[in-house]
Amino acid sequence: MTALPALPDAFSDWFASRGWQARPHQLALLAEARAGRSTLLVAPTGAGKTLAGFLPSLVELTERAPLRVAKGERSLHTLYVSPLKALAVDIARNLDTPIREMGLPVSVETRTGDTSAAKRTRQIQRPPDILLTTPEQLALLVSHRDAASFFAGLRRIVLDELHALVTSKRGDLLALDLARLRVLAPGVSAVGLSATVRAPRDLQLYLGGAETPAGLVTVEGGASPRIGILDTDTRLPIAGHTTAHAMRDIYRAIASHKLTLVFVNTRMQAEFAFQALWSINDENLPIALHHGSLDATQRRKVEAAMAEGRLKAVVCTATLDLGIDWGDVDLVVNLGAPKGASRLMQRIGRSNHRMDEPSQALLVPSNRFELLECRAALEAVQEAAQDTAPARIGGLDVLAQHVLGIACSDGFDADSLYREVCTAAPYAELSRADFDAVLHFVATGGYALASYERFAKLRQDKAGHWRASHARVIQQYRMNVGTIVESSMLKVRLSRQRAARPGQPKLVTRGGRVLGEVEEYFAETLTPGDTFIFAGEVLRFEGISENEALCSRAPPGTDPKIPSYAGGKFPLSTFLAARVRRLLANPAEWAALPEEVASWLHAQRLKSRLPKSGELLVETFPRAGRFYLVAYPFEGRLAHQTLGMLLTRRLERARMKPLGFVCNDYGIAVWTLADMSAAIARGALSLGDLFDQDMLGDDLEAWLAESALMKRTFRACAIIAGLIERRFPGQEKSGRQVTMSTDLVYDVLRRHEPEHVLLKAARADAATGLLDIQRLGQMLTRISGHIVHQPLERVSPLGISVMLEIGREAVYGEAADDILAEAEAVLIEEAMA
Amino acid sequence: MTLAAAETGAAQRVVMLGRLALVPDLSGALWLPEERTLVVADLHLEKGSAYASRGVFLPPYDSAATLSALTAAVLRHRPRRVIALGDSFHDEPGQARLAEGCRNALRGLQQGRDWLWITGNHDRSILPRLGGDSAAAAEIAGVQLRHEPSASPEAPEIAGHLHPVAKLRLRGRALRRRCFALSPLRCIMPAMGAYAGGLNLRDRAFAPLFGQGLSAHMLGDGRVFRIDPRLLLPD
Repeated sequence: MTALPALPDAFSDWFASRGWQARPHQLALLAEARAGRSTLLVAPTGAGKTLAGFLPSLVELTERAPLRVAKGERSLHTLYVSPLKALAVDIARNLDTPIREMGLPVSVETRTGDTSAAKRTRQIQRPPDILLTTPEQLALLVSHRDAASFFAGLRRIVLDELHALVTSKRGDLLALDLARLRVLAPGVSAVGLSATVRAPRDLQLYLGGAETPAGLVTVEGGASPRIGILDTDTRLPIAGHTTAHAMRDIYRAIASHKLTLVFVNTRMQAEFAFQALWSINDENLPIALHHGSLDATQRRKVEAAMAEGRLKAVVCTATLDLGIDWGDVDLVVNLGAPKGASRLMQRIGRSNHRMDEPSQALLVPSNRFELLECRAALEAVQEAAQDTAPARIGGLDVLAQHVLGIACSDGFDADSLYREVCTAAPYAELSRADFDAVLHFVATGGYALASYERFAKLRQDKAGHWRASHARVIQQYRMNVGTIVESSMLKVRLSRQRAARPGQPKLVTRGGRVLGEVEEYFAETLTPGDTFIFAGEVLRFEGISENEALCSRAPPGTDPKIPSYAGGKFPLSTFLAARVRRLLANPAEWAALPEEVASWLHAQRLKSRLPKSGELLVETFPRAGRFYLVAYPFEGRLAHQTLGMLLTRRLERARMKPLGFVCNDYGIAVWTLADMSAAIARGALSLGDLFDQDMLGDDLEAWLAESALMKRTFRACAIIAGLIERRFPGQEKSGRQVTMSTDLVYDVLRRHEPEHVLLKAARADAATGLLDIQRLGQMLTRISGHIVHQPLERVSPLGISVMLEIGREAVYGEAADDILAEAEAVLIEEAMA
Repeated sequence: MTLAAAETGAAQRVVMLGRLALVPDLSGALWLPEERTLVVADLHLEKGSAYASRGVFLPPYDSAATLSALTAAVLRHRPRRVIALGDSFHDEPGQARLAEGCRNALRGLQQGRDWLWITGNHDRSILPRLGGDSAAAAEIAGVQLRHEPSASPEAPEIAGHLHPVAKLRLRGRALRRRCFALSPLRCIMPAMGAYAGGLNLRDRAFAPLFGQGLSAHMLGDGRVFRIDPRLLLPD
């Protein structure tokens, strides 16, 4: 490393006035920036990352100020991008202190969805020195017709919470925009601020470009965190995800700390925990709720109260995962399974922002399997093992959006744009054929058998440059920018009830308060009269009216019918799964487990068996006139759900008459009318064949044709790629009707042009997204030849935990015509009666 | 007039509308066995290219898909006459946009049988080169055939226009399928177009058209199912 540079006097004086001195990594970043090099800074929370990121900009702007004034230079110097609008606003506030106290000649502004049109225009004409924004706003700036001159003087890019940005399609979009900025501003260098990750090299490539990886500055973690698994006197449930058994203990922990963050994996768990804590809140501790579905103003109130120190605890979801400094958190409680070691560490990092003091955290498993998972996560944290996701392969749908965006700016030459795109790390391996397919998709739809040439969105000018053909195309692009496709949401409205004439049901009218939003597919599982918890209240579902779920307050004392959100939206990481399997296979390690969990495992070994860590245990047994197959792949709920869909198809073909299946993160249970134990014994059913990797061939294709999950995946790709607009102009279409029409488009495209680039994009998503096919494939390879079958007389101790999902979860495997025939029979029965 | 559910096997369920025997077909077409007539509604041909002209490049295969579904139904029933119940084209210029292959397919379908275009709100007239006759309405055995359902029909009526779909939920699974909406006075047909969306039978647009005696004949994967309206859910 080069010798650490000296700070200008104003800066060292300022550090001294606060009793600080610049930290080595802050100076290292300054040196790297002066040399014009991009750098990744990996540091734990509390290490002064933000200041380290901005220090080079502040110093350079101060040193160059006289020169800039003399030359009348008025250009953007530093661009800061964060995943959250709120974070950008927070950083603006934090930057204000040093700038004001040192009297630096530096202007800082934010640009988000909330920025007024007048201010945006002014920012283009007279940019601030430092602009703080989000990936979507950056995409809009890059596609601006004046992008070239706007970014020409750009010197620095600061990417905050980079580890969180790169794992999604937003990261793909940002990578493409970075590649663009490297071309528009050849002198630019970037700094990425990141929490500890498994493979920093991935982020270095992302930051500097595929051929010029950024340098790395690492700050070793401070004091290691103090983490414990909750030791409670109450029994740990066999299944379920509520952690109801532990609420008293959690409440006591809250009472004895200053500010506690209670992290949960799903919105519904948040609602339940909040309700449960308040029901025992004898001391009236100020405990608040924070999740993404709540109304924004309500969330802002909670955030403000936290920052002002008025709260004792906040029950929250991933919405508070990222690094906003909301207050002096001294305890993090993680309810339920941690799902991943790195995720857990980032959450724990939310407590205690002084890196030399240990963070305090408490893990609260909600069932016995989750206890094993907590145990595995604890060991991983102690070894500082990381399991962040592997680097993404860039989505073709995102590329399509970017290509359209660039065509909206000053146009592009296809060869140069292809070379530029390949410097973005997620697209380093992009083939020219895929690039051309995307380009033609954007220009004319890219269909093989018919062309929309006459309606082309992009046309080539005489010099061969591709440009947007029409101002309307630019407008469409600007309306649809971004990669976040919300599932269709329904507003939850607390409707007023109007008494009707006596003897008639009450009428529900609209016009009450909006409490927040729920996903449409959740509302679809509700029948009028169902009760559920939302925004801390028990609501009675009354019906759906246009895009609103109308609800009323349930009478006091009503038990909510808690919707089952199984293990939550994050599947168990492969890394933790492997550790759990190892723990199961090794009785010597059980000594560290609570007595009841150890004896549960001993009972399993006695009554059935425990698989070795490379094996897949499959149990079959009869129960109440049905025959069950329970398997324990430990591959997460999404992969299990896909496995279940495919297994039931194969069991159908093997004439086992499957009726349905359920799964959780650890295992899967399928039930049939035919006796599977007997069929296996007489050789009529082979488990090796049943779990053969060839299920990912024709069976998968056949299922994908009708899979609602695949259609949802396709819809997201279609929206991101710009095939379907988020809103059809001039048409009153609710999200629900759009969903229907993308399903129709999917059916037609799949039949007539299965190799179309959009289907290719959707299949790539299906491999890692909602269907997790890639992980299923890895599992099938892993267990091939290692299946152990255990026929049983009754359900095993492990099996109960999976079987208890029955009744909580929708049952799969019912064919549409079976459902319709049953509905039809209702009528016939009545007619015959 | 009664709605007699005279069943002649699962695949061929005959319902009576006035004196006219109807068989709701799995394709979404209506088969009139005594008249050897096939009725189809809301083909919305060239909807894809209509969107494309506004910069939404839906796959341009919808007309081919729709016509191949229609061809399959024609081959199955070998009708003497085909009646398209309006909105056969998504927009008027669509008639001119229809690609040559599709025009040929259409001509092939018209070969050796009568073909009647009933005009709809999307296609107030039909280009002569598309073949067939056209009319605002027709009558068969005392039953009126028209595009939009009339508010208070004087005689039994077959109409389209509303694209009915029915939704139900059983065993934790929701199904939303195109359907025929039938009562002793009316038959509202599902849309046959590949990109034609659907309107839920519980939508208020249907309320004034059906009193008692509504039944939904939902299109399953292998046959048509007659479903009690009390099982139907709104969207």
